[in-house]
Parts: sequence; C-alpha cells; structure tokens
Amino acid sequence: MATLQSLDIKRRSATTETPPNVRSSIEVAKLIDVSKCIGCKACQAACYEWNDLHEEVGINVGLYENPHDLTDKTWTLMRFTEFDNKGNLEWLIRKDGCMHCEDPGCLKACPAPGAIVQYQNGIVDFISENCIGCGYCVKGCPFNIPRISKADNKAYKCTLCSDRISVGQAPACAKACPTQAIYFGTKEEMKVHAEGRIADLKERGYQNAGLYDPPGVGGTHVMYVLHHNDQPQLYSGLPKEPKISPLVQFWKGGFKDVALFGFGLTALLGFFHYVTKGPNEVERKDEEAARRLSGDR
Amino acid sequence: MSDDRDNILARYTGGARVNHWANAIILILLAISGLALFHPGLFFLTGLFGGGPETRAVHPWLGVAVLFTFGGLFVRFVRYNFWNRDDSKWMAHVGDVVNNRDEKLPEVGRYNAGQKLVFWGMSLSIIVLFVSGLVLWDTYFFQYTTIDQKRLAAVAHALAASGMIVIVIIHIYAAIWVRGTIRAMTRGSVTGGWAWRHHRKWLKEEVAKPGNDD
Repeated sequence: MATLQSLDIKRRSATTETPPNVRSSIEVAKLIDVSKCIGCKACQAACYEWNDLHEEVGINVGLYENPHDLTDKTWTLMRFTEFDNKGNLEWLIRKDGCMHCEDPGCLKACPAPGAIVQYQNGIVDFISENCIGCGYCVKGCPFNIPRISKADNKAYKCTLCSDRISVGQAPACAKACPTQAIYFGTKEEMKVHAEGRIADLKERGYQNAGLYDPPGVGGTHVMYVLHHNDQPQLYSGLPKEPKISPLVQFWKGGFKDVALFGFGLTALLGFFHYVTKGPNEVERKDEEAARRLSGDR
Repeated sequence: MSDDRDNILARYTGGARVNHWANAIILILLAISGLALFHPGLFFLTGLFGGGPETRAVHPWLGVAVLFTFGGLFVRFVRYNFWNRDDSKWMAHVGDVVNNRDEKLPEVGRYNAGQKLVFWGMSLSIIVLFVSGLVLWDTYFFQYTTIDQKRLAAVAHALAASGMIVIVIIHIYAAIWVRGTIRAMTRGSVTGGWAWRHHRKWLKEEVAKPGNDD
C-alpha cells in the first residue's frame, strides 16, 4: 500500500540517501488494552473486511486461535492464553500483529529499495510493487510478523490502516472494537491514556501492570497495556526485550560496505602489483631448459 | 633455434576446460545476482536478470548449477591438490613469489600451494554457501528451519560469498600475472618453458612418462 506522499516518508528500505524531510508529522500509535479485551475477534473481522482479505476456512484443533497463525491474509490475530495465576485462572487475550517499530528490523533487512517504508507518523508499510519476495523482512522482524504469500511471493502484514489514517480515519480494528480495548491517536496521547489505565489496574491488584513500548526497537507504534508487564512472554510469547538480532545488525550493518571495499581493494592490489612487479614471463632460457630436458631422455 | 610450438604439453582436456568455463560463467552470474541483493548500491544489477523478483528466484537455481559444475572440477582435480611438505616450503617463500623471484622457489608439482589454497578455499566456501543457501531458500525450505537459524545462515552466506569473491579475484589476477597460464584453460596446453619455470616437478613427471618422445 502506498497511500501517503513521498514527502511523508521518514525511512525507506535499501536506500542510501535520506528521503525528503521538510515536513514533519505527529507520531501516531495504537494502544491495545489487553485488560479490556473480551476476545470477540471483531477487530480481526474488521481487518479482513476493510482490507478485503479472505482467509481460507481452516480446521478446529481445539484452540480459540482461528486461523492458527498470522498468514499473508490474516494481518491481525487474537491469541489466547490460559494463565494460572496462583489458583486464579486468567484468560490473557492478545491481538497480535505488526508493532510498527520505531527502529524496524524488517526495513533494515529489506534489500529492495522502497519495498518497506516508514512514514513520518511512524507507520511501517510494505510497498508491494517493490517487494521481491526474498523473506529478509521475516528474518529482520523481532516479533515474527511478516508472512510471504505462496500465491504472489510478496510479504504482507498489518498496514496500521495507513490508507484510513491518511484521510483522518481510525484503523478498522479500533473502529470495530466493542469494548474500546483498542485506542488510536497520537503516540503522546496514547501514553497518557495508558497511564490512567495502568493506575486503575494497579488499584485492582495488578502490581506489575504497565505499558509495553519496548525501548530495544526504539518504542513501537502499537503498544499494549498489560496486567503483567513484567512477564510479557505470558501473552503468547510476546518478547520481553525485543531488539533487532545482532546477526541481522551485522549482516545489514557496516559489513556490506566493508565487503565491497575489500573486493575493490583486492582488485586494486592486483593492479598495482602488475604495475610495480610486472607480469611473470617465461624466458627463453626456460624454454631451452625444457627442450633440453625433453631431449635428454 | 626451433620454434617453441614444438615443445608444448597438454595440461587440461577439453572436458576439463568446458567444465571450468561452465563453472566460471555460472559463478559470475551467481555472484552478480547475489551482490544485487547484498548491497543496496548494487540493486540495479537485478535489471540484468529481469528485475528484483526474477533475480530472487533465479539466484538459488544458479547456486544449484554451481554445485554441479564445481563438483565436477572437484572430482577432476582433488587428487592433485592434497597438501604436502613442498607446499609449506613454497608458502615460506611467498615473498619471492610476489616479487617474481622464481629462481629462489622450490620445485613445484602440478599445482603450487597458492593454487591449492584457491582450490580448497573455493571448495569450502561453496559448501558453506550451498548449505546456508538452502536455509535461505524460503520458496521451498521455509518450514524446515527456525528464524534464528535463517539469520545465522544469512550471515554465513554473506561471509562465505565475500571470501569466495576475493578468492576469485586473486585467481583471475594470478592467471593474468603469470604469463602463459591462460592458454592452459583456453587451449588446453602450456609451453615447456612455462612448465619448467612454474611446475618443474610436474614437467619432469610428464617428460618421464612413456610415449612422450618428441
């Protein structure tokens, strides 16, 4: 989806120059209050509806997750966990999907110029016509979000409804949520709103309630209010301290420049060796010696 | 004085030459397509293969082709490339090698230590590249490895490919630098003087073979 103008792009994959940045925009965020979620999947249905996606009818294996994982057509998925909190059963339901990292691992890993962009407002979007289907974004992502379609070899994930937001609408999931567990606004507003919710949860005995806005990826533009913010892994494996893997940092960092420099240097060393030492030529005496050897036998 | 043309030795058979050049051509296409996806500044090279998705699709198949062409070279030449004491001695004289002081070098058999290092360096990098390449080939093998394994494979693939490209540059330059070498791979033969100068032990073995009467 390319729904915002090029002036609104903050970062662009596999591009060495800086995108135009005369315009600045307010950072937006989606706040998902897990403590208010009832697991109705209205957000999931709204996502299919707005993005006109049709997931295949799957098989029930005794879990509430449906489908069983994010797919190229399921950009958001309700994940259900039954947590035994010292005898009290807690049903932890998390709406999984792209976190729209401030420092996006997918964008860092992407080799195709402009296939992944980050808008000034913080949304990370895949520009499908530039996508080459290599799956590097899957390796770059600390949250295991992007999925490659078997049909067209393109990567897909939540767009944070960048097309709706560009015309002043809230994301489809936020619009559909019946309990207002999904809020949308500026990142600052969402943080303020979260503070109130966290204070409320603490009053109700959730001492470790908090905002999930992981600093390892520079913060995210999709944030969670969690009752157990000290153990985010409880929520179907939400990573505790997500960050871009050091392997990806190395692979996509300075190494690629060092490697090209090394190739150029090797070739140049060869050239200057030739210029200073010259070619190693067979001399007449070598040919004569060889002929003598052949003749001797 | 007779013409040098009457004193030549066969070095590579037609089959070996075809094998070598098939490998070289595919390996260069493989490197170009790989570099296109490796560095953003070289992404334009995907145009040579019809575009980004086409490059992504064709690169692993070129890798499979190289496994076979290099495999052929490996089988043909491995028996000449085992390291021996002469090679260590030759390596101790590497300063004389780069300064063209051939008279100070020990006698060399069919391959010198530098050539053997190229052979083993290529063999090792191609094995690493093939295995890590399979891990990265999401179209067919996505479900068999974890994402962390794929990240490790990406790093191994990039390191091995960089090493291999450096080896190939050295290999090409050495062929240009040491005159009389390229004809071994284009025409299959070398002059006696070339063999005397660079692979004297091999020349002596060849001359001693029955049937080499000329």
